Amino acid sequence: MNKHKILRLFGLLAVLAGFVFTGTAQAQDQVPLVVTDDMVNQVASQLYCPVCENISLDVCPTQACEQWRSLIREKLEAGWSADQIKEYFAAQYGDRVLPQPPNRGLNRLVYILPRVMIIAGALLLAWIVMKLRARKPSSVPTEAAPQSSTEYLTRVEEELNKRKGE
Amino acid sequence: MTVDLGFGLLVLTLIVTVYAAVAAIVGVSRNDARWVNSARLASLITFPLLTLVVAVVLYLITTGHYEVSYVYAVSSNAMPLYLKLTALWGGQAGSLVFWSWLMAAFSSAVMLRKWERDREFLPWVIVVTMITLIFFLGMVIFFENPFVRFWGTPMGNRIEAMFPPLGSELLVPNDGRGLNPLLRHPGMIIHPPMLYLGFVSFVIPFAFALAALITGRTDDRWIRITRRWTLVAWLFLTIGLVLGMRWAYDVLGWGGYWGWDPVEIAALMPWLTGTAFLHSVMIQEKRGMFKQWNMLLIILTYDLVIYGTFLTRSGVLSSVHAFAQSAIGPLFFAFIALTFVVSIWLMLLRWKSLRSEGQLHSLLSRETLFLVNNLLFLGLFIECFWGVNFPLLSEIVTGQKVTFGPEWYIRATGPLWGGLLLLMGIAPISAWQISTMKTLGRAFWKPLIPSVLAVGAVVALGIRQVGAVIGFWLIALVASVTIYEYWRGIRSRSRSTGENVFQAVWRLTAKNRRRYGGYIIHLGIIFMAMGVIGIEAFQQQTQGALTPGQSLEVAGYTVTYKSLAEWDTADGKNVARAVMEVSRDGKVLQELYPRRDYYYDSQQPMTIPGVRATMEDDIYVILVDWEPISTRQATFKVFRNPLVSWLWFGSIILILGSIIAVWPTPEREAAR
Amino acid sequence: MDINQIPSEDPAEQAGKNRLPIPVFILAGILLAAFLGFLYMGLQRSQQGPVQVGDPIPPISLTTFDGQVIDTTAQKGNVILLNFWASWCKPCESESAALQSAWEYYQPGGQVLFVGIDYVDTAPEALASLKKYGITFPNGPDLGTKISQMFRIRGVPETYIIDRNGNLAYIQIGPFSSSEEIQSIIDPLLQ
Repeated sequence: MNKHKILRLFGLLAVLAGFVFTGTAQAQDQVPLVVTDDMVNQVASQLYCPVCENISLDVCPTQACEQWRSLIREKLEAGWSADQIKEYFAAQYGDRVLPQPPNRGLNRLVYILPRVMIIAGALLLAWIVMKLRARKPSSVPTEAAPQSSTEYLTRVEEELNKRKGE
Repeated sequence: MTVDLGFGLLVLTLIVTVYAAVAAIVGVSRNDARWVNSARLASLITFPLLTLVVAVVLYLITTGHYEVSYVYAVSSNAMPLYLKLTALWGGQAGSLVFWSWLMAAFSSAVMLRKWERDREFLPWVIVVTMITLIFFLGMVIFFENPFVRFWGTPMGNRIEAMFPPLGSELLVPNDGRGLNPLLRHPGMIIHPPMLYLGFVSFVIPFAFALAALITGRTDDRWIRITRRWTLVAWLFLTIGLVLGMRWAYDVLGWGGYWGWDPVEIAALMPWLTGTAFLHSVMIQEKRGMFKQWNMLLIILTYDLVIYGTFLTRSGVLSSVHAFAQSAIGPLFFAFIALTFVVSIWLMLLRWKSLRSEGQLHSLLSRETLFLVNNLLFLGLFIECFWGVNFPLLSEIVTGQKVTFGPEWYIRATGPLWGGLLLLMGIAPISAWQISTMKTLGRAFWKPLIPSVLAVGAVVALGIRQVGAVIGFWLIALVASVTIYEYWRGIRSRSRSTGENVFQAVWRLTAKNRRRYGGYIIHLGIIFMAMGVIGIEAFQQQTQGALTPGQSLEVAGYTVTYKSLAEWDTADGKNVARAVMEVSRDGKVLQELYPRRDYYYDSQQPMTIPGVRATMEDDIYVILVDWEPISTRQATFKVFRNPLVSWLWFGSIILILGSIIAVWPTPEREAAR
Repeated sequence: MDINQIPSEDPAEQAGKNRLPIPVFILAGILLAAFLGFLYMGLQRSQQGPVQVGDPIPPISLTTFDGQVIDTTAQKGNVILLNFWASWCKPCESESAALQSAWEYYQPGGQVLFVGIDYVDTAPEALASLKKYGITFPNGPDLGTKISQMFRIRGVPETYIIDRNGNLAYIQIGPFSSSEEIQSIIDPLLQ
C-alpha cells in the first residue's frame, strides 16, 4: 500500500476510535448518580422552608417541602453541588432559606455589631478593673462590711460553740 | 351561669387590684399605715379570688362546656383528664389567667413575710406587683377572655361574645377541637408551669429593687431580702428550660433538644442575665462593690422576662412555639414601655447613690474573675438579642426576611460558652481579694494533671475535632477542680472533727449550702456540656425506605424493620406503630417502637421516636410520617446520639445542686 | 480657712452632684425610644393586614416561565389581575378553569392583563400544573418572594385586581367560584 492510503486508513481508524470512545464516555455521563435519602437530607438540613418559620427542609412535613426535597434530589442527580443548590434556592425563594443571613448589606450589622459591643464591654471592664485597683483603700468602712463581718463573727461564734459542745 | 360567675370574679379581682395599688400610693403620700395595711390585705385577697377563677375554668373544661370558645379550642371529649387539666394553659387566654394566678400567688406570699424591718418597702412592692397584675388581668378581660361563648344571631351568623347579643341563642357544639397534638404529652403538665413560675417569680426581686430605688434605701437590704427569691426564680427557670429540652427530644422528632428557635431564646436571655446576677451579687456581699451593676442586672433580667413574653404572645415573632395572632399586642406594648421607662429612669436617677467604695486588689482575684463571668454571660445575651431581633429589623428596613439557624448561634456563642467553662475551672481556686499567678499556679497544677490525662485518653480514642478535644479538656478540668475543692474541704473538716468521708461530705455541704451547692451545680453543668458536645460534634444519622426484614446501618448499629401495626384508640387517634430491632455485632440489643399518632379531632399527626438510651449513646428511631406508612414499606430515620444521656443526668445534678443552694439554713433564719 | 474649701451646703448643688449629668438621661432616653419605636413598628407590621383597597401599587416586574418580561409600568391604562397560586395548593385548582375562561373573554379586548404569580414553587411542578389546566395567560415565578412580600399575602390563592390608574381595586382571598364572578368585578373597572 502506498503511504497516502495508509495515512487515510489510520485517519479513518482514529476518527472511528474517537467516535467509539466519546460515545462510551457520553454513555457514562448519562448514567445518573445514585442519590440516597441521606445525601438529600444533608443538603436539605442546610436549607430552610420558605413558607413555614424556622423549620429546616429535612424535617418539614408539608407537601411543599416534599416537592423541594424532590427538587434537591433532581439537582443532586444532575451533578449539582450543595453550594450550587443553596444558591439556586436563595435566588428562587429569597435569603430566608439560607441558614445564616448572607454577609452583605444591612446584614453586616449582625455580624459586626455584637462583636464590637462585646469588645467594648471587655475594654470597659479592663478600665474599671484598673480604676478600682488604683483606688486608695477606703478609710471609712463600707456599709456592707459591718453587716457581713458581724454576721460572719456571729457564725464563727456559733460554730465555735458547737465544736465546744461536740 | 358558672361562666358569668367566672367573669364576674375576674372583674372583681381587677377592681381589688386597682384598689390595692391606689391604697398603697395613698398610704405612702399621707404616711398613713392604715392605708398601706388595707392595700396589703387587698393584695392578699387577689389570690383566693383568682384561685376561684382558675377553678371555674377547669370546671368548664373538664365538664365539656364547648359553648365556651376557649374550651372548644383546647379540649375535646376524647382527651384524658390529665390533659384536660393542662389545657388550662393550652391556649393564650387560659395561660394568661394561669400567669395572673401565679403572679397573685407570689405577691401574696411576699405579703405574708415579716415586714417590720422593711416598712418603707411595703407600699412600693405592693404598687409594682399590683400594677403588673392589673395589666395581665386587663389583657384577659378586654382582649383574651376565656369566658366568651358562641352565639347564633337571627341572621345565621356565629359570634363569639361575653354577653348575648340581641336576639341570639347560645350555640353548644357537641365536641371540641382538642389540644394541639404536640402539646399532648406528659411534658405539658410541667414545662409551661415551671417556665411561668420562673418568669413570674422574678417580679419579686424586681419589685424590691424598684422599692429600694424609689425610697432611696439603696443599701444592701433589698439584695439580702431578694437573694433567695432570685435563686428560687432562677431554679424554676432552669427547670423549665431543661424540661423544654427533654420534651423537644422526646416528642418533636428531629433528634435534637434545642433548636435555637426565637421563643426558646426569649426564655434563655433572662436566664443568662439572671445567672450573671447570681454570681456578681456575691461580690456585693463579700466586698460591698458593684451595687450599680447588680441593680442594672436585676432590672435587665425582669425587663427581658416581660420582653420575651411579649415577643411570644403578641405575634411579632413567628415561630413554631408562638401563640396565634392576638389582640393583646398594643396593651402589652404599653406595659413594656411603662416597665422599661420607669425602671431605667429610676435606676439612672439613683445611680450615684448606689456608688460603693472598695478596691480591687489583683487581676486574678475572684472578684475580677466574676466580672469576666458577667462579661461572658452578657456577651452571650448580646449575641442572642441580635439573633432574635435582627429578622424583624431586616424586614422593617429592607423588606427582606432572614433566618438565623443553629449554625449562626453556635458560631457566635461557642467561644463564649468555652470561656465560661474555662472560668468555671479557674474561679473556684482563686481567692477573694488577692490572687496572683503564683498562688493560682500552685493551687492549679494538681487538678490540671487529670485534665491533661483525660485529653490524652480522648485523643487516643480517635477523636480529632479540635473543638471537641478542647471541650473535653475543659470539662475534665472543671471536674477536677470542683472535686479537688470539695476534697480539700472534706479533708480539712475531717481532720478537725474526726468525721469519716461521708459524714464530712454531708456536714460540709449542709453548713455551706451556697458554696457546695454551687460546686454541685457546676458539676451538673459540665455533665450537660459533655452531652452537648457528644450530640453536636458526633451525631450520625441515616434515612431509608424499608420493607419488613430490611435494615439501616449507622455507626456499627443495625436497625431492622420487623413489622407495623395500625389501629384506632379510644381517645380519638389513629396509631401506626412499628417494631424495630436494634443490634450490634450480630447481637440483638433491644426492640424499639417508633409511632405515628394521628389525631382525628385536630387533624394533625405527631411522631414519637423509639429510643434506646445508654450513657454511651442513644439510638433514636423515627417513623417518617410524610412518606407513606404501610405494612409493606415505611421510611425510617435513625440517629445515633453519643453521650446525650449525660445531658439529662447533668440536669438532674444541676437541679439537686440548686435545691441545696436554696435550702435555708436554720441558724441564718434566726439571725434575719 | 479658705472659703472655697468649705463644702457647699446648698441642697440643689448637692442633688446636682449626686445626679448623673443630663446628657446621660438624654442618651438613655434616645436609645430607649429607638428600641420601643422599633418594637412598635414590628407590632404594627404583624397586626396589619394585606394591602388596602385604594392604595397605589408600586411597579412590579416579573419574568415569565417563557422568558418574557412583564412590567406593570408598561401596562398603565389597563386593568391588571394578579393571581398568586402554587402547584401544591389544592384550592388553586378549583379556580383555574374560572380564570382561564375569564382570560379568554378579556384577552381579545386588549384592556385587561392577567398575570399568574407562582408562589414558592418549583418550575417543573408549576409548568405541569399550567399544562394540566390549559392556562394561557402569562405566568412566572415570584423570585425571592419579592412580589408576595410586597402584597403581604398570607397564603394562596389570593388575587389582586389593579384598576387603570394603578390603584388596588379589589382583593380576593381564596379561589374565585366562577368566571362570571371575575367578570362582575372587572367590568365596572373598564368603564
